[in-house]
Amino acid sequence: MHDKTLAQLSDDLAARRVSSVELTEHYLQRIDQHDKELNSFITITRESALEQAAAADKRIKAGETSPLTGIPIAHKDIFCTDNVKTTCGSKMLDNFVSPYDATVVARLAEAGAVMLGKTNMDEFAMGSSNETSYYGVVRNPWDKEKVPGGSSGGSAAAVAARIACAATGTDTGGSIRQPAALSGITGFKPTYGRVSRYGMIAFASSLDQAGTLTQTAEDGAILLQAMAGDDERDSTALPDPVPDYGAAMRSPWEKISIGVPENFFDDGLDDASAVAIREGLAIFEKLGATIKDVRLEHIHLSVPVYYVVAPAEASSNLARFDGVRFGHRAEDVDDLTEFYMRTRGEGFGSEVKRRILTGTYVLSAGYFDAYYLQAQKVRQLISDDFERAFSDVDVLVGPTTPTPAFGIGQKMDDPIQMYLNDIYTIGANLAGLPGVSIPCGFSGGLPVGMQLVGKQLNEAELFKAAYYFQQETDWHEQVPAGYE
Amino acid sequence: MVWEVVIGLEIHTQLATESKIFSGASTRYGAPPNSQACLVDLGYPGVLPVLNEKAVEMAIKFGLATGCEIAQRSVFARKNYFYPDLPKGYQISQYELPIVHGGHLDIVLESGDVKTIGITRAHLEEDAGKSLHEDFDNQSGIDLNRAGTPLLEIVSEPDLRSAAEAGVYMRKVHSLVRYLGISDGNMQEGSFRCDANVSVRQKGEPKLGTRTELKNLNSFRFVEKAIEIEIERQIDVIEDGGKIVQETRLYDSDKNETRSMRGKEEANDYRYFPDPDLLPVVVSDKAIEKLRSDLPELPDAKRSRFESDFGLSSYDAGVLTAQLDTANYFEATVAAAGDAPPKLIANWVQGELAAALNQDNLDITDAKIPAAELALLTDRIQDGTLSGKLAKEVFEAIWDGEDSVDAVIEARGLKQISDSGAIEKLVSDVLEQNPEQVQQFKDGNEKVIGFFVGRVMQASQGKANPKQVNQILREKLNE
Amino acid sequence: MSLDREDIDKLCVLARLKITDEEMADVGSKLSDIVELVDELQAVDTASVIPMAHPLDREQRLRPDAVTETDDHERIQKNAPQVEKALYLVPKVIE
Repeated sequence: MHDKTLAQLSDDLAARRVSSVELTEHYLQRIDQHDKELNSFITITRESALEQAAAADKRIKAGETSPLTGIPIAHKDIFCTDNVKTTCGSKMLDNFVSPYDATVVARLAEAGAVMLGKTNMDEFAMGSSNETSYYGVVRNPWDKEKVPGGSSGGSAAAVAARIACAATGTDTGGSIRQPAALSGITGFKPTYGRVSRYGMIAFASSLDQAGTLTQTAEDGAILLQAMAGDDERDSTALPDPVPDYGAAMRSPWEKISIGVPENFFDDGLDDASAVAIREGLAIFEKLGATIKDVRLEHIHLSVPVYYVVAPAEASSNLARFDGVRFGHRAEDVDDLTEFYMRTRGEGFGSEVKRRILTGTYVLSAGYFDAYYLQAQKVRQLISDDFERAFSDVDVLVGPTTPTPAFGIGQKMDDPIQMYLNDIYTIGANLAGLPGVSIPCGFSGGLPVGMQLVGKQLNEAELFKAAYYFQQETDWHEQVPAGYE
Repeated sequence: MVWEVVIGLEIHTQLATESKIFSGASTRYGAPPNSQACLVDLGYPGVLPVLNEKAVEMAIKFGLATGCEIAQRSVFARKNYFYPDLPKGYQISQYELPIVHGGHLDIVLESGDVKTIGITRAHLEEDAGKSLHEDFDNQSGIDLNRAGTPLLEIVSEPDLRSAAEAGVYMRKVHSLVRYLGISDGNMQEGSFRCDANVSVRQKGEPKLGTRTELKNLNSFRFVEKAIEIEIERQIDVIEDGGKIVQETRLYDSDKNETRSMRGKEEANDYRYFPDPDLLPVVVSDKAIEKLRSDLPELPDAKRSRFESDFGLSSYDAGVLTAQLDTANYFEATVAAAGDAPPKLIANWVQGELAAALNQDNLDITDAKIPAAELALLTDRIQDGTLSGKLAKEVFEAIWDGEDSVDAVIEARGLKQISDSGAIEKLVSDVLEQNPEQVQQFKDGNEKVIGFFVGRVMQASQGKANPKQVNQILREKLNE
Repeated sequence: MSLDREDIDKLCVLARLKITDEEMADVGSKLSDIVELVDELQAVDTASVIPMAHPLDREQRLRPDAVTETDDHERIQKNAPQVEKALYLVPKVIE
């Protein structure tokens, strides 16, 4: 059953070839079997999953179905789930039971999806390898000595290993697309604001966006359809109507124009990956797309801009973790300042601390203009570059990451090397653009991801391009050995 | 050495919305601890703010009433600092682009002169919770019910030159927010609070002296006293050869002194930046014009109208319009009255009524005499039914719970005797009984007339119309 | 620019973050690396550029002024480490 896509399982459920309870039990059994070594889940919600599955079966029987009714999925542990532990991968929230559901969680439950559990992630989504999690590293199903990418590494590994049918994720600088690429699956980050951020624990509010990790673009479209849309609890949610992604995706192919950012193929890119991407571009060409080079003048500055803006926002967003209303609390401290310092010093891991300190630094008096304000200005330049490119082409296509999955521990001691892993993905976050990473080949036996970036609110076009690509290729059907 | 005092006020006024500025929790005062602190107010992981429309409208109304420019685009920023009553570790406020700026407000000084005070800006922000220090050993208890209550921070230019001016300005702002209906102005409940920036400089010196900030002055009297004492302190320091340190000081009303809050405020660096959870607030011209047309009559306009329509002195009009409720009561009384002139009513409102309210510590909205009854009372004075003295008796009776003016007059037989026949009879009797004093009058002692008036009034049990008594006495004595 | 111990101590107080002595050396060198990375921005000419605070060119939505939340403090406070009489406890606040 687990070798099928979400779309196929949805058909099977609707045709009652399988029940949701059977399907859920199957996935729970697979989690039991495989997750000890993968460590992709922080919490498994076995009982409530089976209850939800039984309820889904009733709905299916009554004919009240949506494409997600009865489908077992996993949520990144950044989404608040009512009455379920929500940790954000941090010791700080090890004892936190959310009293409410994130909008994403509520909408997917409403659509009848079954939650298998909460997936592992880099602490507060700060990381590109899933190694900063308080709950330990997640292993890449393709090579257990390698990282699955991050921060949505648990979601990516679970979908890649087919121990969840699909999963939610969040993407602040590449945290959906990068692990999708490294784990050989499809990862979709919508336009900023397309999916409500309510109940998604904030890392960098002007960059964070929820999205999907699935086997195929088609599955991503089904999942996003239920997640997207306005939310009166999120001031930055987009009120624009959500188009029918599935219908748009299957509509007849029209000639599109693809831009290839030439500077994405500089020295930093792994050779075999470059070959895989070029071959992927050839498939689009075969489909009738025109390919042209574009230049994103300031894109090389996206990493420094990101490492000012994201830590600045994070330093403020994470100030609420003070041991007073929830979360970890230092014991036996009489002095208030010492109480805060110890609580936060004990509750946060070292990467989170580094980013809080960086953010505090770039916002502090005397440095604000030189760092924060300057970063905002360069952010504008980067955004303008994208706009200029999109005046000429419909979609930008290039690599998702410079290299395939790297070794566990390989970059932990060098944050700059780790940060540069997101060099191709950060631009879309800075400009608020939708992006998707799809499998397009292998490099040294490890999956390579190809990234497509579109104009704001052009999700449908991205889904369509990815869908047609996946009609022509079978990279997305490859399953890591041992998880077939 | 002649010193000049320079003061600017930052007034925090809670806006009278039903719900909080960024959440749907109630703003009601006095609820049990933390019963009105929802997930957004508590800064729970994942929650987001959404702006209350009413709070924006109220801020714009204030801006329109003070001639401010209304920003077409204003931005919320985060002010970052750690404090237990601040759940998110930052306060959502406005920094570079406040909702309104560049206005002014006229105040009337003790001398009667009008002075224009500049309003630098007024911006929207959220209130913090409260720390309670009693009850717990070495710990404080935090109640976050107040967290997220909308505040309008009104910042004046440093145009105030004395504690008294600061007091007048603060009262004027208080009056204005009540007029506009944007705040209940309740100072006991903390709805209207003030910080003062105070500095002194030698007269003629163009540069401002180093200022100190006096925190949380929550009554008109404290503002004046705290500034007074701080001015003295600053002058003493400078005259002793010392220097003023820029710092925050707390006013201790028990000791009547200000003391430094240093240590707590160590190196505050608020790291303001635009709140990425909120987008720019854009207000259309149409919305502004709608709010402008909905503005009520404001204190200065009302004062002019009271002068022209009711023939009141500028002083009387000023007193009556200082508080909207007083003005409303006065106007209701005038409207209900028949022949009683507004001036007579004004005297009663500012005299007897104000004294009674003061004695019972009541607001005019809780006056124990309705406007309609005060109207009747003044009508009865005007038509001669009641003397001023009797009228006071009737007023007190009603204040103490009796029914109506006419019922009190009837029940106590307080009706003034204005029947000249009856008064003539009383006068004749008194003159007959006191031949000695009649002779004194005839010998040229005019003062003795008072003696006769007193006797006649006594004989009438105070009910004779004193004017008529006087007149008839003179006629008879001069016969 | 590199950060010295004193800079980091100041940041730690501002951010209310305790860094142990063992962590300090590592934090110092890594923070300095990060600052060096972001220093690349200094060379960009942005004289006429308006800072981009947000990826959306949209306006703030407004919420009607209505009370929509009900008292749920007992459930919410289950997450609170220390509560007494419905108040959150902290070490004594000295004013």
